[in-house]
Amino acid sequence: MDKASGLLFEGSDWNFRTLSRTYDAIEEIALGELKLDVYSNQLEIISSEQMLDAYSSVGMPLMYQHWSFGKRFVFEDHLYRKGRRGLAYELVINSDPCITYLMEENTMAMQALVTAHAAFGHNHFFKNNYVFRQWTDAASILSYMEFAKKYIAKCEERHGTAAVEAILDSAHALMEQGVFRYRRPPRLSTEKERERVRERLEYEEQTFSDLWRTLPSSPDGDVKEAEDEASERKRQLNLPEENLLYFLEKNSLILEPWQRELLRIVRVVAQYFYPQRQTKLMNEGCATFVHYTIMNRLYELGKIREGDLLEMLHSHTNVVFQPDFDDPRFSGINPYALGFAMMEDIKRISTEPTAEDRDWFPDNTGRGDWLATLLDAWTNHRDESFMLQYLSPALIRKFRLFLLTDEADKPYCEVASIHNERGYEAIRAALARSYDVGASQPDIQVVDVDLLGERELRLEYKVKNGILLETTSRDATLHHMRRLWGYKVSLAEVDDDSKTLLSESSSA
Amino acid sequence: MPTYIDRRLNPKDKSLGNRRRFLKRAREELKRTIKEQVKTGKIADVDAEHSVPVPARDTSEPSFQPSRETGERQYVLPGNKEFTPGDRIPKPDAVGGTRSASAGAGGEAEDDFRFVLSREEVLDLFFDDLELPDMVKLSLKEAVAYKPRRAGFATSGAPTNMNIGRTMRNSYGRRIALHRPKRTEVEELAAEIERLEAEPNRHAVKQRLEALRQELERLERRRRRIPYVDPVDIRFNRFEPQPLPNANAVMFCLMDVSGSMGEREKDLAKRFFVLLHLFLKRRYDRIDIVFVRHAHEAREVDEDTFFYSTESGGTVVSTALEEMQRIIRERYPSREWNIYAAQASDGDNIAGDSEHCAAMLNSELMQLCQYYAYVEIIDERETEIFGATDNGTSLWRAYRTVADKWPNFQMTRIARPAEIYPVFRKLFARQTTAQARG
Repeated sequence: MDKASGLLFEGSDWNFRTLSRTYDAIEEIALGELKLDVYSNQLEIISSEQMLDAYSSVGMPLMYQHWSFGKRFVFEDHLYRKGRRGLAYELVINSDPCITYLMEENTMAMQALVTAHAAFGHNHFFKNNYVFRQWTDAASILSYMEFAKKYIAKCEERHGTAAVEAILDSAHALMEQGVFRYRRPPRLSTEKERERVRERLEYEEQTFSDLWRTLPSSPDGDVKEAEDEASERKRQLNLPEENLLYFLEKNSLILEPWQRELLRIVRVVAQYFYPQRQTKLMNEGCATFVHYTIMNRLYELGKIREGDLLEMLHSHTNVVFQPDFDDPRFSGINPYALGFAMMEDIKRISTEPTAEDRDWFPDNTGRGDWLATLLDAWTNHRDESFMLQYLSPALIRKFRLFLLTDEADKPYCEVASIHNERGYEAIRAALARSYDVGASQPDIQVVDVDLLGERELRLEYKVKNGILLETTSRDATLHHMRRLWGYKVSLAEVDDDSKTLLSESSSA
Repeated sequence: MPTYIDRRLNPKDKSLGNRRRFLKRAREELKRTIKEQVKTGKIADVDAEHSVPVPARDTSEPSFQPSRETGERQYVLPGNKEFTPGDRIPKPDAVGGTRSASAGAGGEAEDDFRFVLSREEVLDLFFDDLELPDMVKLSLKEAVAYKPRRAGFATSGAPTNMNIGRTMRNSYGRRIALHRPKRTEVEELAAEIERLEAEPNRHAVKQRLEALRQELERLERRRRRIPYVDPVDIRFNRFEPQPLPNANAVMFCLMDVSGSMGEREKDLAKRFFVLLHLFLKRRYDRIDIVFVRHAHEAREVDEDTFFYSTESGGTVVSTALEEMQRIIRERYPSREWNIYAAQASDGDNIAGDSEHCAAMLNSELMQLCQYYAYVEIIDERETEIFGATDNGTSLWRAYRTVADKWPNFQMTRIARPAEIYPVFRKLFARQTTAQARG
């Protein structure tokens, strides 16, 4: 290599020496100039087939075996072979050390881009963003998955594949309802938890007195007593409970200990991915912004050649391409495109604000310190709040965003707002709402359970904006729920505002 | 400093286990698909990869999903060109459409996709209700057999394949060319030195001794520098995988297409032909398939016509045999071709013709054919009646006499796919023992 010219690499071939030299150069910029704070990195070179494998096991390096991953694999494999979809250049895992997969087919320029994007952009986001910090445990996820894989394999050996698959199928159906949205997941180990439950039961047994049962009830107190009883029951079971898998794991009447453990594994996986869904746009925006900045810096410092920079920019533009809504390629708002545009926009507002920006963002306009603003945003926001805070009118105009209202019973959609003075606020609020995972997912909770009678489990779905559940999949899912609960499960769809019952269904 | 790990050499097919589980789960549906494809496709196509749709039943993954037909939604979309607030856009038929793709159209879309089953997986599904013995399944699934054949020498290889003779010859040549001192030469010199050392210590002797010692040292140095066997001498036997010698085979499919052969009968017949074809394909390089169908007269036709068009009229089986005889004479001389024949019929024949058929087989055809398989497709209810008796149609009775005479003539009655295999039992049994000949 030509050391004198300062180039990190020449040509498109890579080897471990150029990779490592480039990594060091990138690290210098990332930590020194961009003030990123990252987990230590572990970069793994994989082939395209291994990338497909990783895809199908939801991007985890270790995953238990289940047919649904096989289904996903044939699906991805088909798209890839048909050339309908390229593979991702990289895949990054929120763990400590942070694992990044690099594809062997990538050119050296692409490897550099990917290193900056994943090993620094995503990595910084994983380590610093509050959602990840609060809800996931990067240090222990890999060892947990190893445990899960082994545990499930052991269960299959002992109880048969079919029995394990049946439980996993049912648990997967409830995966989306298997996360804690509003409180942090409990960190108690199962042993401790079980111990506590046992102690409580023992106490109740000791203090039980049959005499109390024989007390005559006052005739007018019946209703009130029933209500009291119900609220006591609910209190004991911690109802209402939003995490259906958690509830079943702890309270199901028929599950064996190993089956509860399976539910727990599925629940932990679901919980692990929950933050990623809440921060998809920011995460990609952050990583794209980081790689874009670093690549340009490398070029400015004369460490990469113009041709390589152009190659990187070429794939960069592909990634941040946003087709219009009427384009056949349109498939929703591209999180890379909007995320990157917002990061760039924050930088612009900090350095060269317009009068409009001063009105909209009195806090951070013209402070010049765009980096501090960005670092702060990456740490303290998720997509929804980030959108509310930082989406500027200039960007709404640039993307020509418009708001469409769609009422199911009308044959048309109506344009509610466009990118004008009156529309900015509405568009911004609506867009932010669409990134609120909590709002876009059905809110289903366990509200009551009849432990002494028919043992019926009652669920309630809070209907917002009149959107009911799709009936076929709802019934199938209820059936799965019944398998785990052991008795009848019923679901009431109740309007959130008026509290009227819109629909009722049950598993039996 | 980052850690780089090269995972490319890790074992492949990490998700193969998951794929197997998936196929197992979808087995019934896939079996139906493959059956359908065998029914509509060509005989020779069974032995290949098949593309099948991802089955929706048994592999759906339900979850609570918001229904598209209810409620009120808001979408934010990019790329407004002409709209102003209050504009109304008629909905396309599919409410989902492109507009709401952002809301996640994951679920159902997947089920429309097709994926490719490997040849082996296809055969597995095909064999499923044929009830083949495992041994036969295995040998049918095996691809072309190769046998390693000596093919010259190579400079690299496994130590066990080292060719000692060739290696030593090279070493000898090199030793001569480089004048490596022989052991005897060195020994002679040493003996000479010893002798001189014993002699009285004269000046001339001393000088000579000195010279000899130097010479000995030179020789020994040379011997060390030029090794006895050098890596460049080593030769290995080279082997080349060679496909087992195969000849050509022709397969005659004879079928009665008179009105009495319905959909079910043809489906069974087709499976019967496919199985024979699979067997032949494994053993022969080139297989021609000749389709001869007959009602009251026989004609050679292409595969489509063979399976998909019916003819009315009486049934004269011997016409098919005559046609076959003619084709063999014209195109497939039995010296160059292995001739296999498979005949499917419902057993109907015009009076007096069956004996004629038997006579034809006995006199000429059975001498030409390696194997002649006959299946009579009967109604499931008839299995009870015919069971094991020799009674039956005139054709059946006539063929019984042929079967007694010729060991390579096989016949059976079938009502279900599982009953096809016994016709071939002999064929496959012989094939495993006579592997060497193949």
